[in-house]
Amino acid sequence: MKARIKEIIDKYDTDKGFLVPILQDVQREFNYLQREVLHLVSAFLEVPISQLYELGTFYKAFSLEPRGRHEMKLCTGTACHVRGVPLIKDNIGRILQIQAGETTPDLEFTFETVNCLGACALGPILVVDGEYHGNISISKTNKILKKLGKKVKIDEES
Amino acid sequence: MKKVKTPEELKSLQEEIQNSRDPEKPCITICAGTGCLTYGTQKLIDNFNVEIEKQNLKGKIEIRASGCHGFCERGPLVVINPQNIFYQRVGFDDAEEIIKETVLNGKIIDRLLYIDPLTKEKIFHEDEIPFYKRQMRLVFGMNGNIDPNSLEDYLAVGGFNALIKVLNGMEPEAIIEEIKTANVRGRGGGGFSMGQKWEATRNAPGLPKYIICNADEGDPGAYMDRSLLEGNPYLILEGMLIGAYAIGSNMGYIYVRNEYPLAVKNIMIAVEKARELGILGKNILGSGFDFDVVINRGGGAFVCGEETALISSIEGRSGEPRAKYVYPAERGLYDKPTNINNVETWANVPLIINKGAEWYRSIGTENSKGTKIFALVGKINNTGLVEVPMGITLREIVYDIGGGIPKDRKFKAVQVGGPSGGCIPESHLDLPVDFDALSEVGSMMGSGGMIVMDDCTCMVDVALYFLKFLEEESCGKCTPCREGVHQMRLILERITEGNGKEEDLNTIEWMGKAIIDGSLCALGGTAPNPVLTTFRYFKDEYEAHIREKRCPAGICKALITYTVDPETCNGCMVCARICPTEAATGEKKELHTIDQEKCIKCGACFESCKFDAVKVS
Ligand SMILES: Cc1cc2nc3c(=O)[nH]c(=O)nc-3n(C[C@H](O)[C@H](O)[C@H](O)COP(=O)(O)O)c2cc1C
Ligand code: SF4
Ligand code: SF4
Ligand code: SF4
Ligand code: FES
Ligand code: FES
Repeated sequence: MKARIKEIIDKYDTDKGFLVPILQDVQREFNYLQREVLHLVSAFLEVPISQLYELGTFYKAFSLEPRGRHEMKLCTGTACHVRGVPLIKDNIGRILQIQAGETTPDLEFTFETVNCLGACALGPILVVDGEYHGNISISKTNKILKKLGKKVKIDEES
Repeated sequence: MKKVKTPEELKSLQEEIQNSRDPEKPCITICAGTGCLTYGTQKLIDNFNVEIEKQNLKGKIEIRASGCHGFCERGPLVVINPQNIFYQRVGFDDAEEIIKETVLNGKIIDRLLYIDPLTKEKIFHEDEIPFYKRQMRLVFGMNGNIDPNSLEDYLAVGGFNALIKVLNGMEPEAIIEEIKTANVRGRGGGGFSMGQKWEATRNAPGLPKYIICNADEGDPGAYMDRSLLEGNPYLILEGMLIGAYAIGSNMGYIYVRNEYPLAVKNIMIAVEKARELGILGKNILGSGFDFDVVINRGGGAFVCGEETALISSIEGRSGEPRAKYVYPAERGLYDKPTNINNVETWANVPLIINKGAEWYRSIGTENSKGTKIFALVGKINNTGLVEVPMGITLREIVYDIGGGIPKDRKFKAVQVGGPSGGCIPESHLDLPVDFDALSEVGSMMGSGGMIVMDDCTCMVDVALYFLKFLEEESCGKCTPCREGVHQMRLILERITEGNGKEEDLNTIEWMGKAIIDGSLCALGGTAPNPVLTTFRYFKDEYEAHIREKRCPAGICKALITYTVDPETCNGCMVCARICPTEAATGEKKELHTIDQEKCIKCGACFESCKFDAVKVS
């Protein structure tokens, strides 16, 4: 772990001006910003740990908790909102039994909302493990969730 | 590429590239903007490449993956040159046919053509499509002609001409004068004069001076800055180079949100290649002028788009705005004079230098010059990015370019300017779109988001949507914004839940004014706009929610019920099969009913009934 963090920090010439990008890379590597990781970054860069926590809590992109195996990102940008995303969001939340921004206790799913993904023409958009699904509806999300192992009622005949 | 050492060398490189390109050589341009990629365009590109290999056409046909062409609605888009044939909704498997028929045999594939929905005529060329015809694509139009990762492509379309002109002896003061005469106003929201800002930064004491490109694009419903940066990164660099030269800065930052991976990647490649060519770095084109840029990936907080918050974020702190007693032009990044402009603003610079301030001034209205790119989205037939001259009416944008509202529903409002903007009703559709006219009706140019809404959009819900967004994004530094927006959100939420009180109407108004007056930065200062404009133009909807406990658009969950219309239901059983709570039940081929006790209003039956038998009321 130590070596990998050092590598990331070296990529930025150990420059404190790149704290945010460094943490972004670190998070990508370690799934989330766990305590040990932050302490190591703090030691390498000689910045107070409090500053790292300040950033970790301020920016939406950072997560101080472990993340799920499947990542669901629902666009709640304005265009998608007016095309019916709220019902889809409630539906996903009900099936996964978590709120947006949370991870299921079994660490299977992390469900998040994001702003405009730049594909409004296909809105509403749901990104599942990096794959974009356009024009999604309640029934489409149900099918996706079923594929990923959730028990959902779908209309088999259609 | 070999380093170029003088403006003349760059010019001759450009001419060399232009001359080496055969205008008759077939070129297939495939839009690989974010929208089209979402349709799966990468597969189409791969198929084209495979086909070229297979038919031994390498070197004879060029394949170009470009940035967004604007007409995302009809993606995947393919344009075939030299004939300029425009294909839309292209399937992955169409690659072979397009090469065989159109490219090699000059035959048009009818089914891929765009059909004008009004005249039912088939349209062959991109520029004849109504969506494009009414636009003026001065800044954004180049996107379709270049591969964003190719410096040669940018040079081939005349890229860096403005830089050459400037470094060939234009004085910094003269450049600033030109920009001031052009009267360009910032496209990032505030609409401040670009020339004046440049001049103030140039004249401010203190070294070094910094320039920043604001590509944070925090508006949750806009994507033009991203598409510019993704599709034409060299244009932004050229604008910044000229700005830096005029201002006397040697260091620029591009602050781009990390959620825009393609934009980050493309601008990074562009910077790398520009360094190799010698147009970034030391002694650029032998002029003695040094300039380089750093790409800074933002953490994705809306408030970080605000310039002082952005500066604080680059400095490695959390993005909190500060009071602007002193402007960044005097004390900005690391307390040094700093000029910050939006992506689109920077993109206008080469145009002005090339064509001259007088020409630029001829476009637009009295106090808003040039064009503006809008993200035309929501309940609109032609979703996409449109670039229009200032002063065009909303009606032209929504109907002539946007093609009106899908399913012939009724237009209700268009929300312009994102979370700081406002909802404009039908009665103002003939409003000319410019900075001042939008402000007059309580909206704002803002980011350039333009979200069209129809009669099934609830205006109270939209206002609540923006408030929730802003509550979440408020940095919490000052009380009127932190507490005010929160309280206002509670009131609106109460109204949408059917617990609104008569006096809420009053409270909203005075509270909105208080937040506007008392907030430290423009986030709070404009936060009530979406509420106040919906309130101003759609008061009846608020009243229906409060007095009749009714949501006229059928959106607010607490105020609606789903029922089955006995006349239309044919007992297909779909609703019963999917209802998560077994509220919808019935026998095969018999009328189905919904048990209101059990119904959780998930909307699944409404969405899935193919006979529109489920009604919302
Ligand atoms: C809350 C808030 C968010 C903003 N977000 C952005 C943004 O995402 N992009 C942007 O260019 N300007 C944004 N601005 C405006 C900037 O503060 C600044 O005025 C702008 O970058 C200046 O560039 P311009 O003069 O070229 O418009 C925002 C302002 C506020 C108050
Ligand atoms: S107005 Fe809002 S976002 Fe701006 S400084 Fe105050 S609390 Fe922060
Ligand atoms: S889906 Fe529609 S038509 Fe079919 S049973 Fe339900 S209400 Fe009737
Ligand atoms: S809205 Fe949902 S819960 Fe209610 S009847 Fe329809 S499917 Fe069932
Ligand atoms: S708002 Fe969802 S993709 Fe733009
Ligand atoms: S992404 Fe292809 S047209 Fe916009």
